[in-house]
Amino acid sequence: MVVTLGSRRRRAALRTAAFMSPWLIGFAVFFAYPLLSTVYFSFMHYDGFRPPSWSGGKNWVYVFAHYPLFWPALRNTLWLVLVMVTLRVLFGLGVGLLITKIKTGAGVFRTLFYLPYLAPPVAATMSFAFLLNPGTGPVDSLLEKAGLPAPGWFNDPAWAKPALTLLALWGIGDLMVIFMAALLDVPAEQYEAAELDGASPWQRFRYVTLPNISPIVMFAVVTGVIQTMQYYTQPLIAGKVASGVIQGAGTQFEPGYPDKSTLTLPQLVYNLGFQRFDYGSACVVALVLFALSMAFTALLMRRRGGLIQAGD
Amino acid sequence: MTQVMDRPVRTTPRVRGAAERSARRRALLEWVAVHALGVAAALFFALPFVFVFLTSLMSDSQALSRDLVPHTWEWGNYRSVLHTPGFLTWWRNTLVYAGLGTVLTVASSLPVAYALAKFRFRGRNLSLMLVISMMMLPPQVVVIPMYLFWAKQLDLSGTLWPLIVPMAFGDAFSIFLLRQFLMTIPNEYVDAAKVDGCGDLRTLLRVILPMAKPGIAAVALFQFFYAWNDYFGPQIYASENPGAWTLSYGLESFKGAHHTDWNLTMAATVLVMAPVIVVFFFAQKAFVEGVTLTGVKG
Repeated sequence: MVVTLGSRRRRAALRTAAFMSPWLIGFAVFFAYPLLSTVYFSFMHYDGFRPPSWSGGKNWVYVFAHYPLFWPALRNTLWLVLVMVTLRVLFGLGVGLLITKIKTGAGVFRTLFYLPYLAPPVAATMSFAFLLNPGTGPVDSLLEKAGLPAPGWFNDPAWAKPALTLLALWGIGDLMVIFMAALLDVPAEQYEAAELDGASPWQRFRYVTLPNISPIVMFAVVTGVIQTMQYYTQPLIAGKVASGVIQGAGTQFEPGYPDKSTLTLPQLVYNLGFQRFDYGSACVVALVLFALSMAFTALLMRRRGGLIQAGD
Repeated sequence: MTQVMDRPVRTTPRVRGAAERSARRRALLEWVAVHALGVAAALFFALPFVFVFLTSLMSDSQALSRDLVPHTWEWGNYRSVLHTPGFLTWWRNTLVYAGLGTVLTVASSLPVAYALAKFRFRGRNLSLMLVISMMMLPPQVVVIPMYLFWAKQLDLSGTLWPLIVPMAFGDAFSIFLLRQFLMTIPNEYVDAAKVDGCGDLRTLLRVILPMAKPGIAAVALFQFFYAWNDYFGPQIYASENPGAWTLSYGLESFKGAHHTDWNLTMAATVLVMAPVIVVFFFAQKAFVEGVTLTGVKG
């Protein structure tokens, strides 16, 4: 049988389409369509009951100028990026370094350090809400016994984000593993050469370790920022539990307790869409979230020096 | 201080002995310092689990005190939690969501990952970039139209189907992770299978699949944990119907209903954490490999 070039190429295209089809459908139905629809709704007034009606830029003006939760949420996000992401990267690198130096019982230490990362976010946050609760929590009672000031943690607007940061540092396992792998990849000869040249431990870290792992540090920073854009469950649960809202799930709860200090952008989408039934404004916040996430994802995929190699 | 220790080694025998001794002393000091730090870090990571577990065994009144260790060990707390109306239903729902979701995700993501890793076609790089973009997107970005679609058009709110069905259409993170793994399998295997007369599907199932088991295991684990941990999804689609709640979602309502009973709440928390940790101990290697493979968490 003679197979012409054209039919072979068509067969190859068909084969590709067949293998790619689950994702092609998923992309269209669960990504492209809802994204366009989000843009459309951001210009509509829609409460889910009456049919949507054109509202021009009203939703946009409302979110940026009048919605009282928008700027606090953005400020919190900035705080989390500057403090939480930075501390997580430093701590992750520190714990990664430590684990590569531990010689005795390394497996046990590694598992222990990694385990908190696996704790389901709701369970982990509730645990910390208990551990840090000012009345009966073990942390404050230990601090008081040691004669140290006992902060209000999730009940104090000034301490709520530091408490969330503590929770995020507890779950450092993912970064630890990534840094550990990167540190073990640094060529041993470079350390030996540095040692022969009389480099101090700090100099070895500064001139051998750091240049070798800097792409991974960069990767950790950028993915950390992207994760901060998605930060939802922990601040929401922390606020709910600390505020003592009875009946938890399903009840109305103005997010951000105490005093908007735990608000993040994804919570606003929920607040606007599913508590205030203002789908149009919820879509505006969703698009802000989209723009921020994509800007940082672009950093990950830059063609030159990109952190994820998309090409061949 | 370190200057003395780092001075280049001299060669006269007597001094070499001293240098060796000082090197040994330095190594010992370093061992002590590193392991002391290790123990301190271990306490930071382990103590929250310990306190939560201890509190889960306290009596109602003691849980309200500042005691750290239970006077009487109330194992009955766990029985009370398991007998709470709904708790077992949440377990079942979570298993369905996590189990079915995982199977669907792997089945739908593997062929896509294979095409992205081994086929040459126009638009491959673009597709991969779109996959990565979808992976980085917060679920809240498209939730309004998705909710309207599932709830208003298909009338499926109050169930977990709006969360399970999309998993039959490829999950961006799983596709990416599997693609990274398949890239490490040499093309020669694919070519050899072709020479032996295998079609593409047969090559994938008979040749690639057995080699890709570690990658598939990692994806399955991540996906299972994702569903187990998901709070936002059930909150959007299942909140109106407690019969469709999952553990992660129900746990928070448990706290609401047992306002001040930290002991019961912590027992429930332990029951939500425990399965994840048990699964981890059985599949530790696959999991850690998965994390390093992508450098991104689910």
